[in-house]
Amino acid sequence: MKLFQRLVPWILLAVALFILPAALDDFRLNLFGRYFALAITALAIDLIWGYTGLLSLGQGIFFSLGGYAVAMYLMLNTKSLAGGNGIPKFFENYGVAELPFFWKPFWSPAFTLIAIWVIPAVVAGVVGWLIFRNRIKGVYFSIITQAALMVFFHFFNGQQKLFDGTNGLKTSTSELFGQLVGSPDMQLWFYRLTVILLPLAFLICRYFTSGRFGDALIAIRDDETRFRFAGFNPVPFKTIVFLVAGALCGISGALYTVQSGIVSPQYMSISFSIEMVIWVAVGGRGTLVGPIIGATLVNYLRSLVSEALPEAWLFVQGALFIFVVVLMPDGIYGWVANGGFRSLLAAFGIAKKAKTYPRIDEEALPVD
Amino acid sequence: MSEPLLELNDVSVSFDGFFALTDLSLKLYKGELKSIIGPNGAGKTTFLDVITGKVRPTKGSVTFKGQSLLGVSEQKISRQGIGRKFQTPRVFENLSVLRNLELAASPLKNAFSLLGSGLPQAAKDEVHRIMNYVGLAPFATVKAGSLSHGQKQWLAIACLVAQAPEVLLLDEPVAGLTDEETLRTAELIKSLAGDHTVVVIEHDMEFIRDLDFDVTVLHQGQVLTEGPLDQVKADPRVIEVYLGPPEQ
Repeated sequence: MKLFQRLVPWILLAVALFILPAALDDFRLNLFGRYFALAITALAIDLIWGYTGLLSLGQGIFFSLGGYAVAMYLMLNTKSLAGGNGIPKFFENYGVAELPFFWKPFWSPAFTLIAIWVIPAVVAGVVGWLIFRNRIKGVYFSIITQAALMVFFHFFNGQQKLFDGTNGLKTSTSELFGQLVGSPDMQLWFYRLTVILLPLAFLICRYFTSGRFGDALIAIRDDETRFRFAGFNPVPFKTIVFLVAGALCGISGALYTVQSGIVSPQYMSISFSIEMVIWVAVGGRGTLVGPIIGATLVNYLRSLVSEALPEAWLFVQGALFIFVVVLMPDGIYGWVANGGFRSLLAAFGIAKKAKTYPRIDEEALPVD
Repeated sequence: MSEPLLELNDVSVSFDGFFALTDLSLKLYKGELKSIIGPNGAGKTTFLDVITGKVRPTKGSVTFKGQSLLGVSEQKISRQGIGRKFQTPRVFENLSVLRNLELAASPLKNAFSLLGSGLPQAAKDEVHRIMNYVGLAPFATVKAGSLSHGQKQWLAIACLVAQAPEVLLLDEPVAGLTDEETLRTAELIKSLAGDHTVVVIEHDMEFIRDLDFDVTVLHQGQVLTEGPLDQVKADPRVIEVYLGPPEQ
C-alpha cells in the first residue's frame, strides 16, 4: 500500500504523458493541456490563499503578463505576421511606425523565457510588499488586488498602439522553430511541456509549504498578530509567497496562451480571476493536490457543459461553487481525505459510522 | 538599586478622548516578579499593549534596558526579549502542538532562515523539555485547535517560555482553568522565577496568593498602590475600588 501510494504520482504522470495523447484526439488533448496549464495558477492561488490566507482576486494580472510576454516574442519572430517595416502588422492599423521600446527585448528567446516568470514575479513582489508593509489584510487585500486587476485590464484594453488593445495578440498563426504554433505537432509539444511543468510547480509549492517556512505561513493565516508577537515579521513571508505565486501564474499564463492561441485583456477580466479562486475552493484549499483536481475538473466540466448547453455554464459554475462551499467546505479533496465517502455511505446505512479522536502519540507519554 | 529593566514614565493612552491609562509610571527590575490586579477597565491589558508595541501611548515614555520602545514594531520588541501571552489563549490552531512550540523556539526569525534550515538541535531539545514539563508531550502531533481550553492556555504559556524572553507578560494565565490546573500553572510560573522577570495580570485572588508576588493595583489607568498581597488587601482604597464606597 505504501509502495502504491508512492507510485501514484508517477502513474498519473505516465498516464498524462503517454496514455492521454494516444487516447484523445488533438482537440481534446489541447483542452487538457489548457486545464493543466490553469492548474498551475490554481496551485499558486492555493499557496497564497489556502496556506497563507491571502485571498487575491487579481492573479489574472500575472497570468496575463506571462501570456503577453510569450505572445510578443512569437509575434516579433514570425515573418508572415510582419508588416512592411518588419514589425507586427497590427501596428500599421494604428499608424505606429516604430516598435515600442519595451517590445524590443522580446526579439530574444532567452529574454522571453526569463521574462515570462520574472516580470510577473517582480510586479507581484513590489505590489505585495507595498500592501503587506502597510498591514492591509483580509477583505481589503482582496479589494486592492481586484482594483489592481482593473487598472491592468484598462491599460491593456485601451492601448491599441502598444498591445492591439481589446483584440489581443494572436499566437496560433505565429511560428516557432519554423512550425505554426497552432499546428497539432506543436500543440502536442506544448501539452508535454505543460505536463512536465505542472509537477514542477507542485514541487515548488510543496517546498514552500512544508517545513518551518510552511508552518510560518499557516501561522500567519491563523493569527498574524500573534505571529508578530512571537518575534516574526510577516511582511517578508507574505511578499515571498506572493512573488512566487506571481511567477507561477506567469508560467501558467504563457502555457495557456500558446495552447489557446491568443492572449487578450479578457484574461484580466474580473470574472476570470474569481473563477481561478473557485477552482481552488472546489478542489480543496490548503492541500496541494486539491487545486490541481479543482482546476482540471471545473474546466473539464465547463467544456462539457458549454458544448451541450452553451448558455448554462455560468449557472452550473455558480451552483457548483455553492454546493462545495455549503457541503464540502474543505473542497473535493478535503472531503475525500476526511472520510467523506465513508460518512456518505454511513448516512445511507451502508457503512458503519467511524468515531475518531485526535491521535495521541503513546511513545511520547512520560516515562519517568 | 540598579537601573530598572523596564520603565514606564507618565504614560497616557487615550482612545477618542477616553483615557485607558493616565500618567502611569511603573518600574520593573531584573528578576522581579509582579502581579497586577485591578477592576475591569483599570487599564491592565492596555498597559501590556503599550509595552509590547500594540498601542502607541498618547504621551509618556517606555524604555527597555534604557532604550525607548516607542514606535518600535511588535516583532522587534519581542525579539528584544519581551514576550506576551494574550488574555485568550492564542495558539496557531492548525499547527500541531510540537510545531507551535518549534515556531516559538526558532532562534532566527527571518523568512530565509526558516526556508533554508531545520531547527537547531539545542532548540529541539528545549522544546521537548518544555513540552514534557507542561505535560503536552502526548499531544505533540495533535492540532492545537483540538486541545481543551486549559491545554491551550498551557500551550500558550509554553510557547512563551520556548521563545525565551527576559520579560514574560502573562495576561490572565488561568482564566477558565480548573482549580487543579490553576495550582499547576502557579507552580509553572514560579519555576520561571530567577532567570526571568515576570508580570502576571489576573483576577483570580487564590492564584495571586499562590504566586506570592508583589502586587500592583491599577485603577482608572493609574497605580493605586503596591506591596505584598496582604498589605494591599487591607488598604481601604483597594477595598473601595473593588467593592464600592462604604455605605454611609
